[in-house]
Amino acid sequence: MTEHSDQFLLEIRGLKTYFYTDDGVVKAVDGVDFNVNRGEILGLVGESGCGKSVTALSIMQLIRKPGKIVEGKISFDSVNLRELPLEDIQEIRGNRISMIFQQPQTSLNPVITVGDQLAEVFEIHADLNDEEMWEKSVELLRTVGIADPEQKALAYPHEMSGGQAQRVMIAMGLAMSPELLIADEPTTALDVTIQAQILDLMRDLRNELGTAVILITHDLGVIAEMADWVAVMYAGQIVEQAGVVPLFDNPFHPYTRGLINSIPVLGETKHRLADIDGVVPNLVDLPKGCNFAPRCKAREKYGLSICEEINPDLDEIMPNHTVRCWLYQDTEDHKAPLKP
Amino acid sequence: MPRKADVKNKTMKSPETMISLVWRRFRRHPGAMFGAVILTILVISVLLAGLSPHDPEISDIKNRFQPPSWTYLFGTDGLGRDVLVRVLYGGRVSLTVGFLVVGISLSIGVPIGSAAGYFGGWVDNFLSKVIDATLSLPALMFMILLAAILREIDLPILKSDSKITIAVVLGVLSWPTVARLVRAVFFTFREMEYVTAAKALGASDLRIIIREILPNGLGPIIVESTLGVGYAIMEESTLSFLGFGIMPPTPSWGNLLDNAQEHLAEYPWLAIFPGLMIFLTIISINFIGDGVRDALDPYKILTQIDE
Amino acid sequence: MGQYIVRRLLQAIPMLLLVSILLFALVNVAPGGPLSQFSRSRRMTAERAESLKRQFGLDKPLPVQYVVWLAGNDWMAIDTDGNGITDSYGTRKGVLRGDFGFSYQNREPVLPQIMDRLPNTVYLMGLTLIVVAIVAIPIGIISAVKQYSAFDITVTTLSFMGRAMPEFWLGLILILVFYVGLDNPVTGKSLLPGGGMYTIGADFSIVDRVKHLILPVSMGVVGWVAWWSRFLRSSMLEVINQDYIRTARAKGQNERKVLYRHALKNALIPLVTMIMIDFPYVFTGAIVVEQLFSWPGMGRMYYDAATSRDYPMLMGVLILGSIVIILSNLMADIIYAYLDPRVRYD
Repeated sequence: MTEHSDQFLLEIRGLKTYFYTDDGVVKAVDGVDFNVNRGEILGLVGESGCGKSVTALSIMQLIRKPGKIVEGKISFDSVNLRELPLEDIQEIRGNRISMIFQQPQTSLNPVITVGDQLAEVFEIHADLNDEEMWEKSVELLRTVGIADPEQKALAYPHEMSGGQAQRVMIAMGLAMSPELLIADEPTTALDVTIQAQILDLMRDLRNELGTAVILITHDLGVIAEMADWVAVMYAGQIVEQAGVVPLFDNPFHPYTRGLINSIPVLGETKHRLADIDGVVPNLVDLPKGCNFAPRCKAREKYGLSICEEINPDLDEIMPNHTVRCWLYQDTEDHKAPLKP
Repeated sequence: MPRKADVKNKTMKSPETMISLVWRRFRRHPGAMFGAVILTILVISVLLAGLSPHDPEISDIKNRFQPPSWTYLFGTDGLGRDVLVRVLYGGRVSLTVGFLVVGISLSIGVPIGSAAGYFGGWVDNFLSKVIDATLSLPALMFMILLAAILREIDLPILKSDSKITIAVVLGVLSWPTVARLVRAVFFTFREMEYVTAAKALGASDLRIIIREILPNGLGPIIVESTLGVGYAIMEESTLSFLGFGIMPPTPSWGNLLDNAQEHLAEYPWLAIFPGLMIFLTIISINFIGDGVRDALDPYKILTQIDE
Repeated sequence: MGQYIVRRLLQAIPMLLLVSILLFALVNVAPGGPLSQFSRSRRMTAERAESLKRQFGLDKPLPVQYVVWLAGNDWMAIDTDGNGITDSYGTRKGVLRGDFGFSYQNREPVLPQIMDRLPNTVYLMGLTLIVVAIVAIPIGIISAVKQYSAFDITVTTLSFMGRAMPEFWLGLILILVFYVGLDNPVTGKSLLPGGGMYTIGADFSIVDRVKHLILPVSMGVVGWVAWWSRFLRSSMLEVINQDYIRTARAKGQNERKVLYRHALKNALIPLVTMIMIDFPYVFTGAIVVEQLFSWPGMGRMYYDAATSRDYPMLMGVLILGSIVIILSNLMADIIYAYLDPRVRYD
């Protein structure tokens, strides 16, 4: 999105990942484009089921049956990941691109000690002897803020709290100083106070290591605090992308506005909390035209018929700010009512 | 994805829609439908056994050991009786025993499992020990012993070789499985809020057990009962084969095979058909049981994609 | 860990007691009554019967009889002639010391006879178990890893059929085909023997032993493998779909190590438990196969005893079988606790 490096670290073009189920084809990711620059934190935000996790798993090439990446280019450091053989992908995983998950305690193997699981990353990617691996593991645990790391390394996942387990996951993710870290709802399963600690930790480590981060969450507060750039997803597509400040200052897409407006503001008195009417569409049975049209108040207000006919493309309506919405785009038959 | 919520949602639908939903999903199962068809054919043939011109128990020595022919489709046995007819009547016996056994295990297992699971504490402690103790007995050995004893004691209710005796013998060892299942259901559901709510409204324990918690277990209980008929038939035929089940002249698939054992070399058809019937019956019951289990499963089944 | 073992052992004791009470009740209910179990002679006068009753402690109240049954009464003073003065000690040693009574058929002690035949059963069933393990475990694992492949579908279908097949029918068919039907092209006699452990009168030969093992083992293996491979498949599938497998892949681990180090280690736990729970079958599961193949083992002996209503013998085998089952379950729990770190924190 920004042009301050001539090569993006990660470039996604036209990604489509579908799931072929008994009840039909679930279009979890249906044409997603975004870029990530080195050292940048991209926030990927949206409701449950909008496709953010599937996008992340697609990047890591971790999509399994009945899912399949149907189309698209996933370019990491100018290499299309979809064209690499499995061994090369495995070389990259955990090493240059890492991923951490939402439920830390189920994401760790219950019958292997935490230290051994951490050391496994080194075993796969680094050329160290047993002692060196163990030392590095203990050091890593210390770095992520786990007290008494020599003892804790001998513990099993169920012996740790959620926060500690997530720290371990972060340690595993950053062990090889990856260029990109994908964090899928890393704090959702944790208490709010722990959440703050984990986010601080991630930010500090990012500053230290220069790792780019794709931070996936449904929590706009987290986005506001952590992200440099934001991509808003809805029903398998990106509907708005911008820098974090422009997005919160000037949300263009009705969905984004709805999300931001629904955050209660301390000190403000309201009779009702704002929400977005309606429900997320069924990904097997998407509406014709814009996916958000059935719920869109703006469409009603401006009497737009094109919304239910054609799905708009992502259009850069202001420098470094793209939106997928007919309010801001012209076609032959349609005049955008709100061109900035 | 919380399993409890899914099952709870299922039971909150009205009975009509749930049954049709379950039936629809059952129909989609090729194996289950196949099993249902085979079983229906078997049951109908068994019920129509009376139409045969041959009698299952009257001897006809001059026609003994006839190989299969148009008159005697499965051949005749050592006393000249038509094997097909005997196999069909044997089917009646086996199926009857199968259902009786399931009836007994449900009658004992559901109350015991409910009590253990609902009340917990020392009630559960004691009942669980009883369940475990019953399961600590070597099954077939115990059943043989019990059958032998019952035969000699000659209680008024149990005639020596009636189906009821066998059903009791089998039932005594099969109720613990049901009890364990029901107990597990209770442990899962008794902490649910609607149970607490019902208690707060003054519902009696019995009412809560029967109306609030037990329906949740209906699915697994149905599956277990379906498969249970199959197990019972298998065990009954084993017992009868060994001579401790249904006694001749009443035909049972098991005791038909026992007779066949002596004449295996000369008259092999005697062994093939009864066993085939057991096999077909049990396999169709298993298919149906699997189909029912999948149809009641809150999780959907995902298909493979075409590469 | 040690604490856990002790705790489980202590929990097993009431179970053993409960089962023993159950068996004791059966002993008394069995026709012929307890007296005939413990005396070596069947015919006796009424007063001899009375005297014997006192000698065996059968005149005492039931709870005392239970203790006697368990621990014998050779340490108790008894009064054989009923005159109110004790004159000797009892002769029973009790179950705990191996006194299982005397067989009706030959009036010899039960336990030594069982021990005499037990090795043949363990020989047959033990080998069956080993074959089952060797066949079922890889099949189950591969089925799960390659879910819905041709291999998996074939195996699943065969397992289905295997579970529905009555053991004894399979045995009859096997005998029909391989003993009655097919002939050895060289000798002209049956391809495989129709029964027995070895050819009577011939010299010892491994080939001969193996030939005699093939059919009975095959009969037991089919149903067993069907169950195990199904069970293993679903355990593996459950494990493979867990989050931590995804994490292992996300770390860049190769599929083989993901399978062995992460998946298998977790699937091993229910597998080992299942093996331990099935283990008693080695002792108690041989009745049908030994009857069909005239195998001189404990199962055949049980069958013969049942036919002749030899209750002491039946009870003896039953007691032994129950002990094996309870101990195996105990071992299963302990091994499970050893393998799964989550368990110890009960």
